[in-house]
Amino acid sequence: MNDIILQGVLLDEDTEFSLEEFCYACSSPTTWVVTLVEVGVLDPVNYQQISLEEQTQWKFSADSLKRARTAMRLQRDLGINEAGIALVLDLLEEIEVLESKVEKLSKTK
Amino acid sequence: MDFKDYYQIMGLAPDASLAEIKRTYKKLARKYHPDVSKEPDAEVRFKEVGEAYAVLKDPEKRAAYDKYGKNWESGQSSPPPDWDSGFEYRGGQTGGQSGGQNQEDYSDFFESMFGDRFGQEFGSNQSGQQRRPNNNRGEDSHAKVTIELEDAYNGAARSITLQSPEVDQQGRVVNKQRTLKIKIPKGVKQGQKIRLSGQGSPGFNGGKAGDLYLELAFNSHAIYRVVQHDVYLDLPITPWEAALGATVKVPTPAGSVDLKIAPGTKTGQKLRLKSRGIPAKTPGDLYVVTQIVLPAADTDEAKALYKKMHDELDFNPRKALGV
Repeated sequence: MNDIILQGVLLDEDTEFSLEEFCYACSSPTTWVVTLVEVGVLDPVNYQQISLEEQTQWKFSADSLKRARTAMRLQRDLGINEAGIALVLDLLEEIEVLESKVEKLSKTK
Repeated sequence: MDFKDYYQIMGLAPDASLAEIKRTYKKLARKYHPDVSKEPDAEVRFKEVGEAYAVLKDPEKRAAYDKYGKNWESGQSSPPPDWDSGFEYRGGQTGGQSGGQNQEDYSDFFESMFGDRFGQEFGSNQSGQQRRPNNNRGEDSHAKVTIELEDAYNGAARSITLQSPEVDQQGRVVNKQRTLKIKIPKGVKQGQKIRLSGQGSPGFNGGKAGDLYLELAFNSHAIYRVVQHDVYLDLPITPWEAALGATVKVPTPAGSVDLKIAPGTKTGQKLRLKSRGIPAKTPGDLYVVTQIVLPAADTDEAKALYKKMHDELDFNPRKALGV
């Protein structure tokens, strides 16, 4: 019925989102994304150069998108606050690293 | 359509108090949250529990459900015509766009009981309006595609089927299926996303459609492991190849290559084939990890060879252990 092959844009290391694009992509209000930056869950790639008052200039990497969306779900589904989310995300990342190490070790056995 | 036992789903007695229901829901939500849980069916369970909670936490819905549940006959496809007589629903149909968590995912059973009446009214604290920045652009949507490692080397086209909830003319949410063919470019890595402009939810009042984000995940491969752009391969070698050195054929996702094994190679040594990993902008490397495999001593000839080594080689691998 539909043989058109869609060609998208690969979001690689060099892809940057503006604050507005980023909020759309993670279905979150700007205030929520700003809060996540303030508690250090998200790091805009140009955070160093841009003061907090110029948030509209922030750029986000494609990798942050996954973090922001997980953060949004944790808040929505479990009612976790920002500090809790930051902790959960860090622990999840640590588990991921540990699991890949376990997998590697158990494969070489 | 099957009857759903919401009490059983939550592991609660039919006379559970509201406090108990809330507490159980919080525990189960943490246990099965798809971002956190390691349970294989976490996502399904999480949705079930969410659906059960949406009914049981609301005294009116719960009362209707309790009455209806008793009269349910298996195979029944819709509630008896007057099942809800005597119940009055607050809120009713509010319509509008989705306000909260995934209510479009609730079961047919739920829809047939509460779909028309409750429509979209519940969910998390009306965050819908607040969530959407204020213009008419449709929401961005997200989906996952699994691909093979070879696709990252050669590029590929993949078909994916998406379920997208849409609001029909009666204001009900229906799941629409659509199939898209997507080009997977060369050089992608695990977890990377592809953005398809205008393939998300339609806009409102002539606004632009949202974008569709596809997250890529590799199916686990029989012989390769992937870490970012690098690919790992365990390569079995013979003791004599390891001891004397050799040139052996090694598979790579882009075809086999010849690899030189240096004399005195040990098990677990990592040999790097530069730029033979995933061909991204900065190509990854292919790491070959050597595994020395001993031939079985299952013939007289093999036994004799082992015996000869035993007699002629002065070799004690336990020297360092002091025995």
